[in-house]
Amino acid sequence: MTQEHIVVLANTGETFRCSAGESVLAAMERVRRKGIPVGCRNGGCGVCKVEVIEGQFTRRKMSRAVVTAEEEARGRVLACKIHPQSNLRIQAVGKMARTVEAQQDRTSFVSGFMATPAASQPDTET
Amino acid sequence: MALTGVLRPGHVALRVLEMEPALKHYVDVLGLAEVARDKAGRVFLKAWDEHDHHSVVLREADEAGMDYMGWRVDSPATLKKLAADIETSGLASDMAWIPAGEHPATGERFRFTIATGHAMELFAEKDKVGNDCGTDGPDTNPNPWPDNLHGIAPSRFDHCLLYGDDLDGAVKLFRDVLGFSLAEQILAGPDGNLMIGAFLTCSNKPHDIALIRQPVKGKFHHASFILGSWEQVLKAGDILSRNKVSLDIGPTRHGITRGETIYFFDPSGNRNEVFSGGYIHYPDKPTITWTEQEIGPAIFYHDRKLNERFLQVFT
Repeated sequence: MTQEHIVVLANTGETFRCSAGESVLAAMERVRRKGIPVGCRNGGCGVCKVEVIEGQFTRRKMSRAVVTAEEEARGRVLACKIHPQSNLRIQAVGKMARTVEAQQDRTSFVSGFMATPAASQPDTET
Repeated sequence: MALTGVLRPGHVALRVLEMEPALKHYVDVLGLAEVARDKAGRVFLKAWDEHDHHSVVLREADEAGMDYMGWRVDSPATLKKLAADIETSGLASDMAWIPAGEHPATGERFRFTIATGHAMELFAEKDKVGNDCGTDGPDTNPNPWPDNLHGIAPSRFDHCLLYGDDLDGAVKLFRDVLGFSLAEQILAGPDGNLMIGAFLTCSNKPHDIALIRQPVKGKFHHASFILGSWEQVLKAGDILSRNKVSLDIGPTRHGITRGETIYFFDPSGNRNEVFSGGYIHYPDKPTITWTEQEIGPAIFYHDRKLNERFLQVFT
């Protein structure tokens, strides 16, 4: 039987179990937690980007358009493409993270069409 | 008016993170046929009712997304004329001729980048390989559909929806230089005159390409493949679930185009759509306008709400 690890979402305080056989995002969706925004689930769109604050994990290929090598090296990865090797403490940092925290819709659709596309792209801060 | 000039979307070239799962998706689940591979590892695919050699090109890369979209034009003379028109329009950049044979079974292509940052191509020649329906020769006494279809099996690659910033420049190029009609538009903003969505057609279809204004360059929202009925869209939902494909939304209906739809993601996060329905467009049909207040039912007619994923999830 695969060992299960505990994942803690720092944004919302939610916790859930995740084995090494599934991605952190898949485990979260399975138990209907909502702290990490769900996008394509396949490493391409970047909305489930998290910062791993503590813990060990393995990773699979993620689109370089949304996670740079430098980001990946410092633990900014996509929840859909990481598998825990220990208990994890993570924080959602993708562009929809605030929406999930607020649990509310936009007041103006136009703001969504015109807004600055911040965190979808690799973050370039140094 | 006969259908001339730009005839149809001829191909879409997508980047995938890993080729093997991509082929399992596009061939086994979506039901396209592999037609060719080249030395660079690109794989060329087609849907069953397309006569042209290929319509989907997959390339393994470090980033997901779209490399370019290609348009078939009616003749080599039209290709030369439209290439010259594009060059003098001032509405495109990075123009280049791609030599014949760079895509297998395909003539030379004229590539250019539109104002939203997307690479587009025109081509006039691609070998006809048929649809396997003929009984007394490739196109003689055909059956309505071929044997051995599997997966969702759409009949054609239909259109793309793309995200970019300079919607006005791109729409101007498609309408004024390439002869497309604006079938539908979404208008928003304080004065209700800012175009944030354009649904453009070069044919009798409600759209051959859709563009949404977003503050990005060259982003890909989805590639769409056409099915014959609403029931086939529902069956596609069954096939996607059976294969545990990442679902986005649907089955549902779009207000825009009236199409019945399901959105899902390939194993690299590129969104696909299969859809049916819509209406017949003629060049003299008035442009349909959707206002900001009704953008929910415009995009998802049943839910009447535009979800955050529609705007924020793209490659």
